[in-house]
Amino acid sequence: MAVNKKIHELQEKRKKILLGGGEQAIEKQKAMGKWTARERIMALLDKNSFIEYDLFVEHDARDFDMDKKSLPSDGVIIGSGTIYNAPVAIYAQDFTVAGGSLGQMHSRKITKIMDYALKMRMPLIGINDSGGARIQEGVNSLAGYGEIFFRNTISSGIIPQISVILGPCAGGAVYSPALTDFVFVVDKISKMFITGPEVIKTVLGEEISMEDLGGARVHSEITGNAHFFSMSEDECFEQIKRLITFIPRNNSTKAKILDLAEPDRKYDPEKIVPDDPTLPYDVRDVIKSIVDNSDFFEIMELYAKNIVIGFGRMGGRTAGFVANQPLEMAGVLDVDSSDKAARFIRYCDAFNIPIITLVDLPGYLPGVDQEHAGVIRHGAKVLYSYSEATVPKITVILRKAYGGGYIAMSSRHLRADFVFAWPTAEIAVMGPEGAANIIFRKEIMSSDDPDGMRKQKVEEYKDKFANPYVAAARGYVDAVIEPKETRRFLLHAIEASEDKVVKMLDKKHGLPPF
Amino acid sequence: MKKTENLGILNINSTLYKTRLSPKFLKRKLYMPADLKAIISFIPGTVLDILVKKGQFVRKGENLVILDSMKMQNGIKCSVDGTIRKINVNKGDKVSKGTILIELK
Repeated sequence: MAVNKKIHELQEKRKKILLGGGEQAIEKQKAMGKWTARERIMALLDKNSFIEYDLFVEHDARDFDMDKKSLPSDGVIIGSGTIYNAPVAIYAQDFTVAGGSLGQMHSRKITKIMDYALKMRMPLIGINDSGGARIQEGVNSLAGYGEIFFRNTISSGIIPQISVILGPCAGGAVYSPALTDFVFVVDKISKMFITGPEVIKTVLGEEISMEDLGGARVHSEITGNAHFFSMSEDECFEQIKRLITFIPRNNSTKAKILDLAEPDRKYDPEKIVPDDPTLPYDVRDVIKSIVDNSDFFEIMELYAKNIVIGFGRMGGRTAGFVANQPLEMAGVLDVDSSDKAARFIRYCDAFNIPIITLVDLPGYLPGVDQEHAGVIRHGAKVLYSYSEATVPKITVILRKAYGGGYIAMSSRHLRADFVFAWPTAEIAVMGPEGAANIIFRKEIMSSDDPDGMRKQKVEEYKDKFANPYVAAARGYVDAVIEPKETRRFLLHAIEASEDKVVKMLDKKHGLPPF
Repeated sequence: MKKTENLGILNINSTLYKTRLSPKFLKRKLYMPADLKAIISFIPGTVLDILVKKGQFVRKGENLVILDSMKMQNGIKCSVDGTIRKINVNKGDKVSKGTILIELK
């Protein structure tokens, strides 16, 4: 009977700790429209797959009467489980226990699961819901953050790291998500900032709500800190699960191959793109005309919409798509879109995901604000990332590819493996109007009918250069293809480059223009 | 498909593109050359002291205002020689970054 008694004792102990901060605190959490840490883990992982570690960990703070307080599991749950049968490591901060504040043992639990994830080469998911540092634990709490940031950094590019912001994440704490690959936020629930509204009000006299300062929408639309936006925790978990299906579990494997299915026929590539290069269309329709099941998983949908990034499958294999979006800001490259694209290119490169680039851009966005915001430095990130990437790089020039934009968008010159162009492609140093104004300036100025002469010269330039054949004649384009042939060419390119090997020169690391 | 609604025009290298214009683009501030005669706060804070009076002649590099911010006393310096034309703040005022504190003539 002694064994039974001990088992019973374990059960009782567990039951008590599993309640976290207690029923009242849980009620409060629910009143905020939030789930508890444990509910979140259960919702995200496969049923019955979660194994919890360090349930019995206690804090060991002694100052400020902390020795009289018990904080169940020290306010964070760690463990591992599976998502669609793929193993993941996970931690979730428990806001019901001391506001999810981070003390020494709390941070040790997090770093323990981080070390485990890195050693086992499995994805790490962190659910953040914390008031910040546990002030009573002083510098030990700061040390804890530092240990987390260090691990985020050394794990970067080896295992996928996913951050989910389901509550406050303020002060130094925000740097963990910022160091990870993907950040998920939920409307009205996620709040991220370095200094909160109260500090800003006291120091600067500016009044702003938490939501307007660092809510989910702000980080999805303005700052670019978040990659996925959703309206509820439920929707957020679905997004995470979907992401997991597209990415490999670490940098030495490839994403799982799923069954192939043809794209939906309602997306007819011949009918999506207008011939007139000044007219818009939604490039996501072109992607849907190419990918398996017309299933495209967009990343950073609300930020810098002039470039579209995301995952799709080609013949069952994951591919990363980077596409100029003529529907938004004519698809120009600018500071924000360059940052967005460059980071995604590096993500794909780190995790063995081939990159398919769809090109249709008029160039870079002109303006004092852009120049002063450092469009040179930010734009250079795109060149750097494409040049450095050794995964298969496949480019399709749909329509415009002018000037520096042509070079930047995975051109042959940055070592694209395959460059295809549609017959509608215009590969030239700039648009016909701009070019004619410069090249034929004298003729236009000295003509009796400058406007007529300009039109004539623009037409001349269009006929001669606004096509894919000049570049094809130099071998910069491998093939000029019909839009409906695109999927076939891409499927072959992906298959043919499955075992691509490129050795880069030995170095410690390069210096990307951050 | 409502994708072609609310389109604006964007001029890139003399070509006019029909496209959606982003809120950021529409809200961008037009460039104004810096006015050296307007002394502005380079940091938000509280005016701790005003060291000059209206009509006083001041030299380039002189401290005009002491601004308390980020737990530091910051001297707001004069960027050109000139005479104080107008003082826009009082001791104890909270000012945001870029506020014109003093105008010179």
